[in-house]
Amino acid sequence: MSRIQESVIIRTVVRIMVPFIELFALYVIMHGSSGPGGGFQGGVIFGAAIILYAMIYGIAEGKKKMSDALDKILASTGLTIYAGTGLLCLFFGGMFLQYGAVPLLPDNPAKVAALLIDLVEIGIGTTVAAVMISLFFDVSPPESEEGELPGYEGVD
Amino acid sequence: MKALALLVVVITGVMLIYAGQDLPPFGDPNTDMYQHRMTQRFIECSDTESGVPNIVTALLANYRGYDTLGETTVIFTAGMAVMLLLRRRET
Repeated sequence: MSRIQESVIIRTVVRIMVPFIELFALYVIMHGSSGPGGGFQGGVIFGAAIILYAMIYGIAEGKKKMSDALDKILASTGLTIYAGTGLLCLFFGGMFLQYGAVPLLPDNPAKVAALLIDLVEIGIGTTVAAVMISLFFDVSPPESEEGELPGYEGVD
Repeated sequence: MKALALLVVVITGVMLIYAGQDLPPFGDPNTDMYQHRMTQRFIECSDTESGVPNIVTALLANYRGYDTLGETTVIFTAGMAVMLLLRRRET
């Protein structure tokens, strides 16, 4: 275990910060329709929270929070949500991804479009977060099962 | 070798600064880009048509939803490809 991972300050701060970073990621995803943000940005922030946890507490500990199987399931689920929204519009007689065609609120197609855009953003965020975490675990070194990151030795 | 790299960086930087002089002023509403009729159309109609007040999101997820679906597929495919190529087997 390298010295940066043994530091009590860093371990405590990371443990406190990770839930707030994840909450901020969800806020960025859901805020995408009314301000700056969106699925891509929020997904990357969510992935960064898990990556930060895995860097400090070790790859094995990080994989307990986000296993490889869950990674694969989430990555494909997000894309399925997006494509499924498009097919839902097709099912109700509209064109592919023509959100207004879904008769959720028949008198207000723009409101339905806003709701389905939020759903689509959630799908994007799920895929991006899962792919970011999966990329980090893929390039992590093999001896990191004991919680060691070779690049960080000698850093105070 | 270091001098060559520095030379390349300096030449690229000078070229970028020279090209940057031709950019329209930041936030100026009278440039061609903002006066284009598609821009005017999106500014006027995107809120009522897509239901979201953010024009960027309206374009990204509604007008160009098919394009964004492709982008998400690219990210998914890239992640799966890296997983197949780099992930070590547990055996």
